[in-house]
Amino acid sequence: MPDVPMKATPEAATLKATQPAVPVPVDERPDSGPAPGKPRSLWSDAWHDLRRKPSFLISAGLILLFLTIAAFPGLFTDASPRDGDLTQFYLQKPQLTHFFSPEWLGYDAQGRSIYARIIHGTRASIIIGLTVTAIVFVLGSLVGMLAGYFGGWVDTVLSRVVDTFMGIPFLLGAMVILVSFDVRGPMVISLALAVLGWTTIARVMRGSVIQVKQADYVQAARSLGAGTSRILLRHILPNAIAPVIVVAMIALGGYISAEATLSYLGIGLADPAVSWGGDINFGKDSIRVASHVLIFPSIMLSATILAFLMMGDAVRDALDPKLR
Amino acid sequence: MSDRTERPTADEPNATTGTTGPVEAAPSATGPAEEVVEITKSGRAGHPATGGGEPLLEVRDLAVEFRTREGVARAVNGVNYSVHAGETLAVLGESGSGKSVTAQAIMGILDTPPGRIAAGRVLFRGRDLLVAPEEERRRLRGERMSMIFQDALSSLNPVLSVGYQLGEMFRVHRGASRREARERAVDLMERVRIPAARERVNDYPHQFSGGMRQRIMIAMALALEPDLIIADEPTTALDVTVQAQVMELLAELQREFHMGLILITHDLGVVADVADRIAVMYAGRIVETAPVKELYAAPAHPYTKGLLESIPRLDHKGKELYAIKGLPPSLTALPTGCSFHPRCPMATERCTTERPPLHTVLDASEAPVEGRGSACHYWKETLHG
Repeated sequence: MPDVPMKATPEAATLKATQPAVPVPVDERPDSGPAPGKPRSLWSDAWHDLRRKPSFLISAGLILLFLTIAAFPGLFTDASPRDGDLTQFYLQKPQLTHFFSPEWLGYDAQGRSIYARIIHGTRASIIIGLTVTAIVFVLGSLVGMLAGYFGGWVDTVLSRVVDTFMGIPFLLGAMVILVSFDVRGPMVISLALAVLGWTTIARVMRGSVIQVKQADYVQAARSLGAGTSRILLRHILPNAIAPVIVVAMIALGGYISAEATLSYLGIGLADPAVSWGGDINFGKDSIRVASHVLIFPSIMLSATILAFLMMGDAVRDALDPKLR
Repeated sequence: MSDRTERPTADEPNATTGTTGPVEAAPSATGPAEEVVEITKSGRAGHPATGGGEPLLEVRDLAVEFRTREGVARAVNGVNYSVHAGETLAVLGESGSGKSVTAQAIMGILDTPPGRIAAGRVLFRGRDLLVAPEEERRRLRGERMSMIFQDALSSLNPVLSVGYQLGEMFRVHRGASRREARERAVDLMERVRIPAARERVNDYPHQFSGGMRQRIMIAMALALEPDLIIADEPTTALDVTVQAQVMELLAELQREFHMGLILITHDLGVVADVADRIAVMYAGRIVETAPVKELYAAPAHPYTKGLLESIPRLDHKGKELYAIKGLPPSLTALPTGCSFHPRCPMATERCTTERPPLHTVLDASEAPVEGRGSACHYWKETLHG
């Protein structure tokens, strides 16, 4: 069994002289993993897998790029997304060889640089995606954990609340909420999406906690005197969180697309805010004469969503090799 | 190791129990050893002195039932046993006999619902745990009483390093710092003889072999030097050679700390080596209790007798192995009278109607044998026949 050559000295040294020597037999030797001396936790194992996965590397690269664009749009273009010159640039075609220049991806019907607009539109999508995911993750995990761990009437009440929110159609609900606001900034949109979106996470978390709380190590921890909060935070949460992280990552793409949908419909972000959804809406009017106005924001939107979906898939595979 | 490989045949009581430690240690329970332990332990607060005859743990008429779809399953029906400091009580019984449920009720980790403690008392140093507030019970667990589980892989948290889990005991109960806890974890791992403990303290449970994991589990249970350890089939998940080592380690540490040990098992071989007394359980009741030597020499209950006769022996080579016929009863529909009567070769009309109490077993000169009892109407015939 041991894949390491037998060494006599380390064991002999650690056997305490004060104790009657029960020699450690061959099959009790430390069974070293592939890298001796390196502790391998679930997360370090997952990271080990991920580093070698093309889909993870591509999606991580894309996400890093989008995050950089969102944080520092000035690094990518000097042109303003709001300045338009109708006389000069009205629906001008892309100059595909003029990389990163304002005219690279052409101009829209207001004479505004499309390249500048998709660069500056990234921030809204990323901020809304991350904010919704953060709220949903915290709220959903909390509710799911309490429902799953305590069961009984706590579960009954919380699960009915979850069911109620789940019964509201996502987009329709968001529209109803948003039309009641006069000013719709990224925070308002994020809250509207989060209020409707947390139920998925809560359900995943509840199921995961119910599964984990039956584990022997939870009972063992209890039999060794761990209190409820320690059991929940140290023993159940770290073991139950993996599927929730995966679902949240995949959902992030969904929230970005939901924001774009709302902006397209005219009840999300509106001028002067720059957003891909709004630009797609604007581009559809000139689709037959100048399709580039529609195409480039769409490509950005799809690439962002795809990157998060791919990332979620890769992380899921790494965390649970059995699902592959 | 060589003397262990022939263990199935070594179960003849005189051969094994005569040479192992527990018997040797038994007289000291009332002797000077008691004094020494009292001195070392008296430094702790809230620690009532042990009276000479007062048991560490006493279970009285404990009854536990579970609500199931098929009705109420009576898993434990009036169990009585007691453990003194420094003593090993083996609770023997097949699956579903209620031995683990009794242990969970003692520890207070029974899932309620569906479980329910219907009756009885669990006295720990005279204090009834079943009426104690949950917070008090939580503080007792780990500190004064702890438990070792059967499958060490699933009993250790897979996402935390073993060092963290061992150190957690000191951080929760003793408020130790992170670094201090890590040091104590290394000490503990060395104590249960895990090779290269310092290098392996940050490893995760899946990086250890089965025997090593069970050692870690034992180290966790013993971390705070509790007075009582309940070991629920600690060696069942291990292979035979490792079993013996783990049992030996457990027995040795138990002697060292003068703990009471409740050893739950269905392995008669394990019991013979380490136990002082045995309580045999069947269908949620104690059917026989006896000092280990006497039980092996002359069982006083047909069930115990059946168990002992079903051990393969070299001198019975070629003959058919005895088996207790039938199946254990369903806990939702226990037989009337003696629960064992449908499977008992000695059953009579009386057994189907009248439930036998735990009779005191008398020896040949009609004097009661210390600590021996049998819940059989015909214990005399079983014992001498």
